Amino acid sequence: MIPFDFDYYKPSSVPLAAEWFHLLQQQGKHPIYYAGGTEIVTWARTNDIHPGAVIDLKSVPECNVMEMQGDKLVIGSCVTLSALTAANPFPLLSETARGIADQTARNQITLGGNICGNIIYREAVLPLLLANSRIRIAGIEGIREASIHQVFSQKIRLEAGEFLVQIVTDRSDLSLPFVHIKKRQIGSVGYPLVTVAALKKDERIHTAYSGVCSFPFQSAAIDQVLNDTSLPLSARIDQAVGQLPAPLLSNVEGSAAFREFVLKQTMAEAVHTLERR
Amino acid sequence: MTLPPPAMYPVACEVNGEKRLVRVRAADILLSTLRDQLGLTGSKPGCENGDCGACTILVDGLPVKSCLMLTVEAEGKQLTTIEGLKNSPVQHAFVRYQAFQCGYCTPGFIMNCEGLRNAHPHADEETIRVWLESNICRCTSYEEIQHAVRDVFTPKT
Amino acid sequence: MTGSPLEDRPPLAIEKVRYYGEPVALVVAEEEYIAQMAALRIKVEYELLPAVLSPKEALQSNAPLVHEHLDKYKRHEEVRPEPGTNIANRVKIRKGNMEEGWNNSVHTVEIEVTLPQSDHAAMEMRCTTAQIMPGGKVILHSASQSPYVIQRAISESFQVPLHQVIVHTPLVGGSFGGKAAVQLEYLAYMASHAVGGKAVKLVNSREVDMIASPVHIGLDAKIKLGCTRDGKLTAAEFVHLFDGGAYSDRGVVMSRAGAVDCTGPYRIDNVHCDSLCVYTNHPYSTSFRGFGHPELTFAIERAMDILAKRVGMDPLEFRFANAIGPGDTSPTQTLLDRSNLGNLPMCIAKLKAWLDTDDSPQYETHGHLVKATGVCCFWKNSNTPTDAGAGAVVAFNADGTVNLLCGAVEIGQGTRTSLTQLLAERLRMDERMIHIAPEVRTETDPFYWKTVASRSTFLVGNAILRAADDAIAQLKGLAAVVLQCLPTDLDVGGGRVFLKDAPATGLAIEQLAHGYTFPNGTTIGSQVIGRGSYTMQNLTLMDPETGKGKLGPEWTVGAQAVEVEWNTKEFTYKIIRAATIVDAGKVINPLFARGQITGAMSMGLSFSSREAFFFDEKGAVRNNQIRTYKLIRFGEQPEYFVDFVETPHMEAPYGLRGIGEHGLIGMPAALANSLTAATGVELNRLPLTPETIWRTIHDPV
Ligand SMILES: Cc1cc2nc3c(=O)[nH]c(=O)nc-3n(C[C@H](O)[C@H](O)[C@H](O)COP(=O)(O)OP(=O)(O)OC[C@H]3O[C@@H](n4cnc5c(N)ncnc54)[C@H](O)[C@@H]3O)c2cc1C
Ligand code: FES
Ligand code: FES
Repeated sequence: MIPFDFDYYKPSSVPLAAEWFHLLQQQGKHPIYYAGGTEIVTWARTNDIHPGAVIDLKSVPECNVMEMQGDKLVIGSCVTLSALTAANPFPLLSETARGIADQTARNQITLGGNICGNIIYREAVLPLLLANSRIRIAGIEGIREASIHQVFSQKIRLEAGEFLVQIVTDRSDLSLPFVHIKKRQIGSVGYPLVTVAALKKDERIHTAYSGVCSFPFQSAAIDQVLNDTSLPLSARIDQAVGQLPAPLLSNVEGSAAFREFVLKQTMAEAVHTLERR
Repeated sequence: MTLPPPAMYPVACEVNGEKRLVRVRAADILLSTLRDQLGLTGSKPGCENGDCGACTILVDGLPVKSCLMLTVEAEGKQLTTIEGLKNSPVQHAFVRYQAFQCGYCTPGFIMNCEGLRNAHPHADEETIRVWLESNICRCTSYEEIQHAVRDVFTPKT
Repeated sequence: MTGSPLEDRPPLAIEKVRYYGEPVALVVAEEEYIAQMAALRIKVEYELLPAVLSPKEALQSNAPLVHEHLDKYKRHEEVRPEPGTNIANRVKIRKGNMEEGWNNSVHTVEIEVTLPQSDHAAMEMRCTTAQIMPGGKVILHSASQSPYVIQRAISESFQVPLHQVIVHTPLVGGSFGGKAAVQLEYLAYMASHAVGGKAVKLVNSREVDMIASPVHIGLDAKIKLGCTRDGKLTAAEFVHLFDGGAYSDRGVVMSRAGAVDCTGPYRIDNVHCDSLCVYTNHPYSTSFRGFGHPELTFAIERAMDILAKRVGMDPLEFRFANAIGPGDTSPTQTLLDRSNLGNLPMCIAKLKAWLDTDDSPQYETHGHLVKATGVCCFWKNSNTPTDAGAGAVVAFNADGTVNLLCGAVEIGQGTRTSLTQLLAERLRMDERMIHIAPEVRTETDPFYWKTVASRSTFLVGNAILRAADDAIAQLKGLAAVVLQCLPTDLDVGGGRVFLKDAPATGLAIEQLAHGYTFPNGTTIGSQVIGRGSYTMQNLTLMDPETGKGKLGPEWTVGAQAVEVEWNTKEFTYKIIRAATIVDAGKVINPLFARGQITGAMSMGLSFSSREAFFFDEKGAVRNNQIRTYKLIRFGEQPEYFVDFVETPHMEAPYGLRGIGEHGLIGMPAALANSLTAATGVELNRLPLTPETIWRTIHDPV
């Protein structure tokens, strides 16, 4: 039960969504975009967010596509994680999506919602960081396209009123050798202790992490060390852990010390697997 | 303290094959509307947070946690709750294998299985596991549920 | 004030808040969301007080007092709080001669174990409604294991005569002890009272249910155990510090259970035990499936495994050699016989046979995977009040069908079905001819103490058998007049009353159920209504100094095993197999019985592998959602093996023993024993997550 009221809007086109957001904002309604709603509903019921209006993007046609456009894979922001996994156009993304929440919840959680979410894990962004995906963003001024690296740093960085419409990934990046490893406190459903996604491209390994720090990240410095084959793997990993962009996370899922242990193992497993491919 | 009456939204959807029209707050959760307005109390609240699966229903044939959905999102959708099943093979299997004790989790499990039958009529063990780990049962050991579900998905000769 | 046995809890906090989650205010509104909105506008300013966050801390001499006026609290049952300390109850066992015991020991072990507080997490949250009628009648609906306790509690607290308090309990969505406590019912009554008696509904959210309503008790224990050179147990000393949280509720009775069965099912002549229920600033505890036994069993069974290793004996053989038997006495010096004890050696033997069926060794390595097995035994006495009782009514309908009225609540354990079967068996009629309502109504159903402690088949079952016998006597008496014979010449069965010697001669029950009408219209007799009741017999309180006393009619004993596959690299493990052999007295419904045992095993494995409240440094619970408080899920279930031994308990219907809780009791110990075997480090702390095991190995202090 949500202990406050808000208005609900369901625009049928990209411009309409942006326009309504703008109008509602001018009216002081504090609108937010609404996709799968799984985070909005759960955060609203615990009184952690108080939107005055929600704008449901699920009827915007562009947000629901999943298709090849030329040599690019285009995924609408409202495509659900389970639909992504079922269609499997980008195996690393499918694997990553399959690790999030549980199967039923994945019928509601959207790719855009996961990336733009406020929870600290946002695991679905990892493959996009690794594949240097591009993001199509709509706002009151129209649609722009930007690299994921420009708009995602720790979390999504959009201008006020903007929303994520589509994610565009080069065909050549879709079928690279990859690994995805998610380690949890225990069991096979739950937030990550450590999630590592990794791709091998042009003989270099690229890695990205969730659950390690209080935000998901990819780090050039870490990848640099991990690819330094002049060093034994264990030394590379020790150095890589020294390059983390923030302190190791310590929370209900696990302490920083244990995370470090798991992280090192998982890194080793990832690098070891990819080096042999 | 007085509150302005909240804006009410009409929502037309099909529930268990019948056309229904409800008027709700935008903030109303589908699970509450089903239970409190439509009297369909078969779907259960176990967490209201997407974690337990007790509230699982089918939306256009796909299992969905009704505690994570706003009622306004159900406009134009076909909803199936446990009340919409009559003598389904899944129900029979749950009874035959005594796959429940208190029964509180059972509607959610059964609806999830129904969704699985729609999506994968010949689901293998691994697919069954991945789907059913969305639901929690605190009474049984899951062994009984596994037997029931396995029976449903085993081709009959 | 509320609470039983010790009245230490205001329904809403007064003056100080003693735990994170304690209710401080109540808002009533026409709609749930409006009530919630209003509640969110209440601003509370708290002055931070020093807190005690573990039982050990609570016992330090300079520890802040959770309750300053322990001496002023009203007491119901036997309880011994120690004013000026944080001790809500202390129970002592003094048996034999400790000095002699230690002198005879060649091997001793001394260990400490820790089980943190966790949650019942029944899938249905606790909820209730209350309404006060204009005439003063109070009507409550509650998802509860104890409708009759609610009735009395509301009656006493708000001065309403008992017959004016009506409690209805529908089918309950799981409870595991958590719904035996009375909490929301007080609040709902107060809320209804505040709005002129209107019906008020109070439903916990999951978050509130996990921390504001009572939880599963924790334990810090210290055990010293000794044995002779050839492995005969000689002495045992226990200090059990139960983490009762901020209010004592049933925690004090669980601390008693922790003493009464402290040795586990082993013959030990010299026993010294202090079992305390300690106040901390944690959520308060109430009964949890196993009632103190999963906790005490973890302590003794960890020590047993270590001692077996010292002696150089196989853990199961060590247990077999020390298994308690007829002629021995319990820690409370009750003399044991086959009937009240059952047959543990037989359970162990059956477990051994199962372990030996496949040829694989009990410890095996494959690369970085290690397979290992852990075993344990358990026993449990019921620790009910000495006057716990039940009633039953068996009323015949005109067509010979029967209505059964009794107060046992259906919480998923199949009680009401089993009781119907029990009655059908006694009346020798088809169980489909017996009707039992799914819900319990205190105004029409005869009293039953409460649906806990696996006692329903014993207490309510005995009451039903007496009611059945009463009805049979009435049927025979009436039929004897019609058939012109003696009642003793008659038998009842198959819907008829007939002559033993000439079964073809008799009357259909429907001819007698509402009296017999002769052809001329004259009627003799009237509706057949059997009544029966039963109360615990010959139980005594404990001697305050030695603990001597008879605390329950019988034990249930059993032996259990868990096999794990440990990953030495990742510190993760899989539970491969789990087994329980239990002396059930008699198994009436094998499918139900197995389901109760495996369900309890699953809960025990869940709780010992992962469940614990995660407290921050101020005592706030940080995992009050199922998202972060993990429960075992579909797909993690091991292969289960359940088998029964049947040693009848002579006082019980058909010799039955309680089995509803028992599958759970040894799971924590067996899991820890298996993982200890696999990892080579002593694992004495729950939960057994990869991280806690990793910590034990890397940071052994
Ligand atoms: C049971 C359960 C388990 C979970 N476990 C995990 C897990 O293991 N790992 C993990 O990473 N997450 C997990 N989550 C969290 C989950 O990721 C979030 O709830 C989900 O990602 C939000 O997606 P949504 O589509 O429902 O977004 P919504 O709730 O609709 O939105 C989330 C946020 O994103 C914004 N937003 C949504 N779409 C757009 C858009 N197109 N453009 C701009 N902003 C937008 C919204 O305004 C809102 O602030 C779990 C959730 C559940 C229910
Ligand atoms: S109530 Fe919806 S998932 Fe628990
Ligand atoms: S049967 Fe009780 S929760 Fe599943």
